[in-house]
Amino acid sequence: MGDRYANEAATEADIARVFRREYGRAVAVLTRTFGNIDIAEDAVQDAFAAAVQHWPSAGIPPSPAGWIITTARHRAIDRLRREASREDKHAQAALLAAARSGTGPAPAAEEQFLAEQSGVEDVDDDTLRLIFTCCHPALAGSARVALTLRLLGGLTTAEIARAFLVPEVTMAQRLVRAKAKIRDAKVPYRVPHGAELPERLQSVLAVVYLIFNEGYTAGPADGPERTELCTEAIRLGRLLASLMPDEPEAAGLLALMLLIESRRAARFTPDGGLVLLAAQDRGRWDGDLAAEGRELVRRCLRRNRPGPYQLQAAINAVHSDAATAGDTDWAQILQLYDQLLAVAPGPVVALNRAVVLAELHGPAAALAAVEGLGLDNYYLVHAVRADFLERLRRYPEAVEGYRRALALAGSAAERRFLEGKLRSPAFGGDGDG
Amino acid sequence: MTQYLLSIYQPDGPAPDPEFLEPIMRDLAALNHEMQAAGAWVFAAGLHPAESATVLRPDGGEILVTDGPFTEGKEHLGGFTVIEAEDLDAALGWARKLAGATTLPVEVRPFQH
Repeated sequence: MGDRYANEAATEADIARVFRREYGRAVAVLTRTFGNIDIAEDAVQDAFAAAVQHWPSAGIPPSPAGWIITTARHRAIDRLRREASREDKHAQAALLAAARSGTGPAPAAEEQFLAEQSGVEDVDDDTLRLIFTCCHPALAGSARVALTLRLLGGLTTAEIARAFLVPEVTMAQRLVRAKAKIRDAKVPYRVPHGAELPERLQSVLAVVYLIFNEGYTAGPADGPERTELCTEAIRLGRLLASLMPDEPEAAGLLALMLLIESRRAARFTPDGGLVLLAAQDRGRWDGDLAAEGRELVRRCLRRNRPGPYQLQAAINAVHSDAATAGDTDWAQILQLYDQLLAVAPGPVVALNRAVVLAELHGPAAALAAVEGLGLDNYYLVHAVRADFLERLRRYPEAVEGYRRALALAGSAAERRFLEGKLRSPAFGGDGDG
Repeated sequence: MTQYLLSIYQPDGPAPDPEFLEPIMRDLAALNHEMQAAGAWVFAAGLHPAESATVLRPDGGEILVTDGPFTEGKEHLGGFTVIEAEDLDAALGWARKLAGATTLPVEVRPFQH
């Protein structure tokens, strides 16, 4: 195929980029074609293996997605024919599904043409179907996250396992079980509509935000796999926002993630310590990400259909508007938290609202607001409470609070921050670090 | 089409008062009719309380007979409905109605073929 493409030779990085962009879309199309996720995954992996062989000399084809999808179909059909002749029921069923979907075996040139010319708008629909299948509420939460990263992000089982700090065998079992449930219980491959959609969309957005938060809590010391979860979540967020342009919460989630991510470089000291918002060097915030996030918030506001993600994004946009911590419009943030508490009541929101109260009305009022919130196993409750106590100069209680927070903190950066607090001179420490 | 078993889990203990039970039985009958009219209904039955169960257990070539139920617990299978549905979402739609009518938790499981 060397002379078919005029492009320059493709490098490994070029192919990796195509993989990131097209893997999920290709799996989505093939899942519809064959009615089976495992067959789709194997076929798309075969197709990328073929790309690694051919593209370095032939160049990247004009429609990489079309090439991958066409090649994957051929590989899958070849494999299924071999297996069907050995009377494998699943293989026969998949071949039948492929024939019914009108994409059965066809001359290569014709199929290439079909994939590149006509199949493209369907790809978006298939991608959305796959997202809703991966995030189906009948699957366990941990399985939804793993499936989404595996099938739509193209992450390997080993990468997902490292990112979630579980053994690879555990993650592999989780994926196998989830895929078996999709197949056996017939979890549909369909975008829900009407009354079903809001609840199901919530589940999808929650999965993406969970992936983001796993990466967010990780610092440089936790290794690249965890922080790359943020990049992956934003990629998924962009995909959702573009596929569901009429859902302001999808845009709200994307805006929220962009605004939080824009502060990444300022959130850690060079040696991996945590820097709180008020102390961050705002010159190190990523202006492009923040501007994109703020623009999305503005567009959401114009629609006037506020939801939890849009409100949290708006709160972060107010922070990003302030040139210095002292310029923060706390009154507006408190108003947004009141709205958030009305649409999404919960102790975590109440805790964050208390932090804003401390800025506006002082630590005594804020301390009263965190009493009786519950959440005794959440490190942040103890850390926030200890901070209020410290500001009230109730040092022994503050030390006790920081110690409890330290015992519960999840990430290395959080623990280092709390250890630093406990060394402060006010508590009789040496003030180092 | 796939067949699904909708199992209804019932707390052990005496049956609820007739005033409580009567509207539930009415809703359940209406739901069975609705399933039948939609062509989804295959079979449905209610069971006697779990203490009426007997368990048979193979043990080294013998079969031991003991008083049941098989699992200890505060809740047991109280009845079930078998339905035929296009996919899990359709089955969950019926199961949601069944949980609403019985006011009890319902487990949905696909049949093998």
